[in-house]
Amino acid sequence: MSRLKADSVTLAYDRRVIAEDLSVEIPDNSFTVIVGPNACGKSTLLRALSRMLKPEAGSVLLDGQAIGSYPAKKVARMLGLLPQSSVAPDGITVADLVARGRYPHQGLLRQWSPEDEQVVRESMESTGVAALADRYVDELSGGQRQRVWIAMALAQRTPLLLLDEPTTYLDIQHQIEVLDLCAELHEEQGRTLVAVLHDLNHAARYATHLIAMRDGKVVAEGAPAEVVTSELVERVFGLRCEIIDDPQTGTPLVVPAARKVRASAGAAAGAAAVAAAG
Amino acid sequence: MSVLRSRVLRTQGLSVRVEVRAVLVVLLLVAVALAVSVVLVGTGDYPLSPAEVVRTLTGGGTAAQEFVVNELRLPRVLVALLVGAALALSGAVFQSVSRNPLGSPDVLGLGQGSTVGALLVIVLLKGDPAAVAAGALAGGLLTGAAIYLLAWQKGVHGHRFVLVGIATSAILVSVIGYLLTKADLTDAARATLWMVGSLNGRDWSQVWPLLCVCAVLVPVLLGQARGLRMLEMGEDAAHALGVRVGRTRLTALTCAVLLAAGATAAAGPIAFVALSAPQIARRLTRSPGPCLVAAACTGATLLVTADWAAQRLFGADRLPVGVLTGMLGGCYLLWLLYAERKGGRV
Repeated sequence: MSRLKADSVTLAYDRRVIAEDLSVEIPDNSFTVIVGPNACGKSTLLRALSRMLKPEAGSVLLDGQAIGSYPAKKVARMLGLLPQSSVAPDGITVADLVARGRYPHQGLLRQWSPEDEQVVRESMESTGVAALADRYVDELSGGQRQRVWIAMALAQRTPLLLLDEPTTYLDIQHQIEVLDLCAELHEEQGRTLVAVLHDLNHAARYATHLIAMRDGKVVAEGAPAEVVTSELVERVFGLRCEIIDDPQTGTPLVVPAARKVRASAGAAAGAAAVAAAG
Repeated sequence: MSVLRSRVLRTQGLSVRVEVRAVLVVLLLVAVALAVSVVLVGTGDYPLSPAEVVRTLTGGGTAAQEFVVNELRLPRVLVALLVGAALALSGAVFQSVSRNPLGSPDVLGLGQGSTVGALLVIVLLKGDPAAVAAGALAGGLLTGAAIYLLAWQKGVHGHRFVLVGIATSAILVSVIGYLLTKADLTDAARATLWMVGSLNGRDWSQVWPLLCVCAVLVPVLLGQARGLRMLEMGEDAAHALGVRVGRTRLTALTCAVLLAAGATAAAGPIAFVALSAPQIARRLTRSPGPCLVAAACTGATLLVTADWAAQRLFGADRLPVGVLTGMLGGCYLLWLLYAERKGGRV
């Protein structure tokens, strides 16, 4: 079953078409990760899934109904998004920022219910920022700040959560911290997560469902152990590599081929091409 | 205890968040604005003590006092309060939407648009003050629409908005220069006076339209305040939280353009209130995001204070208030920035 799917959508900015006739289903209760080289349309797909970008053709369906046909706040109660670039307002505290995640549950005369209070506390606790509640967001480190933004998205209390490159610009330990948090949210709270990630090894380690894209098309999808093969990596990223078992988790680990190996392979391919042409 | 910095008032399922500091600042500003207004009504060639002013306003004055207060000075003070509030609100919205403290209506060319409208009427049509006001209103609205259309194609915004505004403003300034060279001496003097922004000789015929505009637009604008706050985190974040981004922005900007154009039509392009009042309010309340009510109160207070100071220092009707708002608001903003920097808060 999948609550969220894209049904043969054409995605374009102005007239520049990024993807045509693209169909994707997000399995319920999965931690789905979308990977692919730069400009393959993975972030564009995420924008479409989160109704940020309206498809030129086809439709994005949430519970079987076009996502654009719901009232904006209703979608925001079902589907959360952590955008790539958000700006924390000057002089806002962590708690106040996280509290903004409650916006879709509030109204002009229902601005702060006891439930809001509790959800904000829980969101800060599960992301480990509760101790920072009264600090100003501008004072925090990059990793802390990203956890605050995730806390805000969590406070939305949506069964579906979309994350656009949540680990970009973070140090390795903060990247792992954020991914651990995502895994926890998926395993312990049973939320459906969809993330765009750059690092294929992170994707293979954390995802339960992997979608590999190239040139606006889905090249392969499924469990990482089945999907991540050296053929696929070469096809999607154009990189020769070896796949070994991750010694820690047993998931596929991509080891790029050494420079000399790749160079000689390239020369051999070139020679073959010349021979074929001759 | 709530996790929030603001207090929460709750009754039967309804709840309102109140920022204590913001409320105190607003109350203080209202008190100052009222006090200065009373003093201002008493200032002039026929001076009245504050007690006399209050007595006259409540219906206990002599015929002469009633005439001076109710017919001559009260409308002028009301125009000052309304224009100050309207300009400040407009500035708060523009700065919030462009996410740039320089993105205020006078920098973006709305003031210049109104000026071109007014000058066209003065120089080419030799119109009466009402026609000049109408021209200024039309000029401001057209400029607002033009900037929006040029800047907001397919959701491009922020810097582009400010740059388009500055470009528009540069073009309009040249048009103003051209119109002034075409004018004869009397018209040029009239135009220059209008361009400084003045409250001299404002009467009830300016108060009523302005009051109506504010009565309609201010509630609409306040209804958008929460959405505007969300928008400051970026379009995507606001969108994800269920804010109807396009509608919120268009509604807020339309209100802001109408308020700025209305205020300018009533009192000319008064400098710097729209730019400084929201910034001052933001620092006084220390609230993240635009605090519209506080901005409006700051603008109103700033303008009546400037008008009072202008009359006090230079004699009645000698110095147009626009000259002083620039001085007062500018100095105060510089002082605030300096104090904040010393306090390490940038």
